[in-house]
Amino acid sequence: MLDLYSPGTSYLHRLGPGPKILTMMLGGTGLFLFDSLPIACAAFIAIAALYPVAGLTAKQAWAQIRPLLWIFAIFFALQWWLSGLTTAAFVVIRLAALILLASLVTLTTRASDMIDSLTHALGFLRPFGANPAKIGLSISLALRFIPVLAQITQEVREAQKTRGLERSVIATALPVAIRTIKMADDISDAIEARGYRP
Amino acid sequence: MIEIKNVTLSYGDRTVLRDISLALSEHRIAIIGANGSGKSSFARLLNGLVLPTTGDVLIDGQNTRTHGKDIRQKVGFVFQNPDNQIVFPVVEEDLAFGMKNLGFPKEDIRRKTDEILARYDMSDLREHPAHLLSGGQKQLLAISGVLVMEPAYIVLDEPTTLLDLRNKRRVTEAIHALDQTVILASHDLDLLQDFDRVIVFDDGRIIADDRPENAIPYYIESMS
Repeated sequence: MLDLYSPGTSYLHRLGPGPKILTMMLGGTGLFLFDSLPIACAAFIAIAALYPVAGLTAKQAWAQIRPLLWIFAIFFALQWWLSGLTTAAFVVIRLAALILLASLVTLTTRASDMIDSLTHALGFLRPFGANPAKIGLSISLALRFIPVLAQITQEVREAQKTRGLERSVIATALPVAIRTIKMADDISDAIEARGYRP
Repeated sequence: MIEIKNVTLSYGDRTVLRDISLALSEHRIAIIGANGSGKSSFARLLNGLVLPTTGDVLIDGQNTRTHGKDIRQKVGFVFQNPDNQIVFPVVEEDLAFGMKNLGFPKEDIRRKTDEILARYDMSDLREHPAHLLSGGQKQLLAISGVLVMEPAYIVLDEPTTLLDLRNKRRVTEAIHALDQTVILASHDLDLLQDFDRVIVFDDGRIIADDRPENAIPYYIESMS
């Protein structure tokens, strides 16, 4: 959701977040209900086939899987050792299918649409004192500021490196915490200045 | 018109503005002063982000103490660091944030988003992740996010401080082209040369209030 959204006009892009999330949940549950390698393979192929339907490239699909290859390798080795080759293949293919499915939802859904749906869906919490709009804004802010915090951390680490303190966790954590708290004040002011009323 | 009546602002024991009274009616007004002189605190008073400890701030007759929401729309605020002002991860979503808060209809939000992106030559960045924009683009997005709320006044707090020369030039042009009344707090004296009025702050007090050709040399002299 961070910058995973891939702009487009496909049917999947136009489809509301609700049906997509529901399909993802049902599909994920289905993959766990039907313990079968052929079904897992068929699901993987079907989900992969939806990528071009959404105007997404094979490279984009591969980019979702690639960072997790080492986890797949560990699972595969462990399952092969414990339960045999068929189970190992089944577990890994099912996991890959789930990741492709979840990524397909985030690649075709804007963060704001996802948050709007979430805010709507959490409406039932209002009688218990929760404010769904606040929860939605919090999620949006978390998504927005993950890269900003990463950048701040990088800047502080570089600054400490020049002082020979690259191994000191405190030397990095303390300035990052101070800058983050200061930034939080400014963000709060900015949200207020832009007319936000929870 | 903006009226500041006998305003004092304190944070605990620290007084940052001392008995300020002003009427701001010019089209381009600059606020300058050394770090800690009170200019940013003064800017924050103007859209009710900060309320005075004593005295009143009136925007077209409305008091910031009692008409916060109206004043938020009337007085847009652009912060020094655009990263702290951009709330949503994608350009288009961030532009919509202020308009949604003010209850604009969806069609208006879409139309105004199109217009503002075209105005700053950023139409191709509509669905771009905000954190991947350049510094200048981020500041233009921050200004755009304020402009779409249709304010009558725009307060900018050191908007060019973090920018390189090219981006500074781009943002400066954008500021000069604004139709609204502009109140600009800045260290960038070049930016203020053709302003109508320059107010110089020092230690929470106004030490000069004049045309740029008089106020800027006075400020430079006072800093030497």
